Amino acid sequence: MKKKVLTVDDSRTMRDMVSFTLKGAGYDVVEAADGQQALGVIGANKVDLVITDLNMPVMDGLTLIRRLRATPAHRTLPILMLTTEADEKKKSEGRAVGATGWIVKPFNPEKLISVVQKVCG
Amino acid sequence: MEDLSRFKQTYFDESAELLEVAESGLLRLTPGEVDSDEVNAIFRAVHSIKGGGGAFGFTELVAFAHEFETVMDGVRNNTVPVTTELVDTLIRANDLLGQMLAYAREGDPAPAGTTDGTVAALRRHLSGGAPQVQAPAAAPAAPPPAPVYADDEDDEAGLFGDAMAAIAAARAEEDPVPPGKLRWTIVFRPRSDLLMSGNEPAFMLRALRRLGDATVECHTNALPNLQNLEAELLHLSWTVTLIADPDIDLDKINDVFEFVADDCDIRITAEAPPPAAPEAPPVTDPVPVATATPPAVVAAVPETPKAEAPKAEAARPRPNGGGAEHAGLTSHTIRVDLDKIDRLVNMVGEMVITQAMIAEHVRELPPGEFQELLEGLEQLAQHTRELRESVMSIRAQPVSSVFSRMPRLVRECAATTGKEVQLVTSGETTEVDKTVVENLVDPLTHMIRNSIDHGLEGPEERERVGKPRAGTVHLSAQHRSGRIVIEITDDGRGINRPKVLSKAIEKGLVQPGAALSDEEIDNLIFLPGFSTADQVSNLSGRGVGMDVVRRNITSLGGRIGVYSTPGEGSRFVLSLPLTLAVLDGMVISVGEERFVLPLTNIVESLRPKAADLHGLVGKCDVMMARGEYVRLVYLHQLFGIPGAVADPTRALVVLVETEDGSRLGLVVDEVLGQQQVVIKSLEANFRRLDGVAAATILGDGRVALILDVAGLREMSRHMDSRAPRSPSSPAAALPAPALEPV
Repeated sequence: MKKKVLTVDDSRTMRDMVSFTLKGAGYDVVEAADGQQALGVIGANKVDLVITDLNMPVMDGLTLIRRLRATPAHRTLPILMLTTEADEKKKSEGRAVGATGWIVKPFNPEKLISVVQKVCG
Repeated sequence: MEDLSRFKQTYFDESAELLEVAESGLLRLTPGEVDSDEVNAIFRAVHSIKGGGGAFGFTELVAFAHEFETVMDGVRNNTVPVTTELVDTLIRANDLLGQMLAYAREGDPAPAGTTDGTVAALRRHLSGGAPQVQAPAAAPAAPPPAPVYADDEDDEAGLFGDAMAAIAAARAEEDPVPPGKLRWTIVFRPRSDLLMSGNEPAFMLRALRRLGDATVECHTNALPNLQNLEAELLHLSWTVTLIADPDIDLDKINDVFEFVADDCDIRITAEAPPPAAPEAPPVTDPVPVATATPPAVVAAVPETPKAEAPKAEAARPRPNGGGAEHAGLTSHTIRVDLDKIDRLVNMVGEMVITQAMIAEHVRELPPGEFQELLEGLEQLAQHTRELRESVMSIRAQPVSSVFSRMPRLVRECAATTGKEVQLVTSGETTEVDKTVVENLVDPLTHMIRNSIDHGLEGPEERERVGKPRAGTVHLSAQHRSGRIVIEITDDGRGINRPKVLSKAIEKGLVQPGAALSDEEIDNLIFLPGFSTADQVSNLSGRGVGMDVVRRNITSLGGRIGVYSTPGEGSRFVLSLPLTLAVLDGMVISVGEERFVLPLTNIVESLRPKAADLHGLVGKCDVMMARGEYVRLVYLHQLFGIPGAVADPTRALVVLVETEDGSRLGLVVDEVLGQQQVVIKSLEANFRRLDGVAAATILGDGRVALILDVAGLREMSRHMDSRAPRSPSSPAAALPAPALEPV
């Protein structure tokens, strides 16, 4: 069974790139433009991995992670932060709310795939 | 690997939208009343442009976006105060970002020093805040020195790990490493709550397997007995022995544990084959492999932070909770090539015609029979109408894309004229056909300039007459009876009628002594060659006057009028059709021919009495209508149609008005009725004809020409000085309505 990845980003370019790269690597990809939409998508799909941007309108990435972790069903769902914030502070903030890991933008497709494999097999 | 350049188009499209978001946000940025949602939206726009730019390797663009972003971040964190000067700098920066995008799109490097001035200006605003100006992220920067990790602060875990490492090392001694390989011993003891972060040790072990030949040993000694077992906690630890090629270095192994290094006790040791073996160890410097002696050297420890260019993020972005108003920016949309939509519009047009044809035939059926067929057709007609409206609505766009350009214009005009101006807009979400939207930019730009330049008074003059110093220009849009109505209202001095009148007389546009109503005088400003400014100013006097505005508007099938009250201001009212694909027309007959007259041109139709008709010797016939002489144009003469009614007292005269306001009486046989017609381009299907704007197909399947009133007037003028009919009369001097072909 193909694993399903949800990419959450307010930038269409980013969503397209993540989606295209992962589909090429054999994953199913669903998209959402902000945290609020992401919650809706997760409600309707069984998702194996969430890749989320942090800075987004309506609901930002950290809030999304917090909301997901507060749901028993998603306590162990892998969630990657996709962000240009390379600083440690951002990462630890993400980890504190329960992010699984992070991908630093700009990323290359190989890096994305390897990180995705690392957290969802 | 996939080529990411295929996303460049998306990136540039999106960036263009983001630039607009940033610009409109910046224009609303007012010192003293900073809206944090607004600031966040601007920050995000710049941030997204930077992020995407990085993916495509646009280093110059990213470097500049970074400077811009840094200042926006300062604004967000209130470390950079919002001043008018700052807003100006940011607007310039946004423009420059647009230019950098253009360079990147063309694949050209930006000329050296393009960004220098703006970067310097941006940094000046930062200097007041925290000393955080750093090299741009894209510039190669030395990675921070990897901290040398001594031991885990968790003593217990540390001891435990050491013990296991020792065991592993001991075992290594009795089992030599194969030649040409490296043997890694990885002791991995995760914290018990590791699963709660969504990390899964099994995937990490799997990842290690991908690096080489791995033997995994699982330690279950920490496993509690079943009644104490917490299912969501992790009680296992592992020792992995990995025989790998020399190109697998410590970084690659550490990378597997990238996300969990802080939550785990990880010991990694490496050993090379015995000295006899060929020189194997990699030279990558962080790999501390002892090449000399077989006993393994405890090499490295948990995690060396990934080397990254230092970022100049001043501080963490705040989560932005309540930005719901920006939700519209990321609505669910798809991008479709315009050609595809136009094909769809075209097909729907054909369908409307076919439907009308069937309806026509059905009308001839004996009444009372075929009831079900008639009902079905009625439904078909209903659905066709709805389908057409839906398809047309795909092409519809909110006027906000035009309105959003105006604050900038107002700002510039205010600066140039030294006037204080406040722009109020409303009805931005009103939708209208894309082509109409695009064609609104120039007229609106000109009219707003005109309002500020001519309408509004300077601040001192305003104070003298008891008005607020800042003048207000109100730009609004709304749907009204199937058209879009755009109004530009200013609270300035209003139109100076005596001045307008004397100027019009001076220019020969009005006869001296002519009695004109106030409204007529006001509308003189739309006449070609009229300019009220005493001196041609930098703003309005760019070689175009209100006549050009009117021509643009009428060429879209629109009308424009002005209502002015001296001392209180002026109101310009534009009314435009919602689409250029369908036209409200009046079907008329001349002989056996049918023509369509755009409804917007028609004033009235009447049957003149013989007493109203006058012939001008050697010239045209004129008719007295509502107190003015109107030139009569015989369509049957103009187009050479036999069998038409030639006597106006037995025929009908349709009074039409051209775009410059002059009137014409068209002599036709009959007025058949009002109808919405689908516009077919004549040029695309045949060739341009004088006096004809386009064609359409009527319900009975006949082709009817849509008349261009201004063209007819030109043709009739040429006929005055020639033989009754000239097949090759020169093209009309006024442009034919730019009707959108369907």
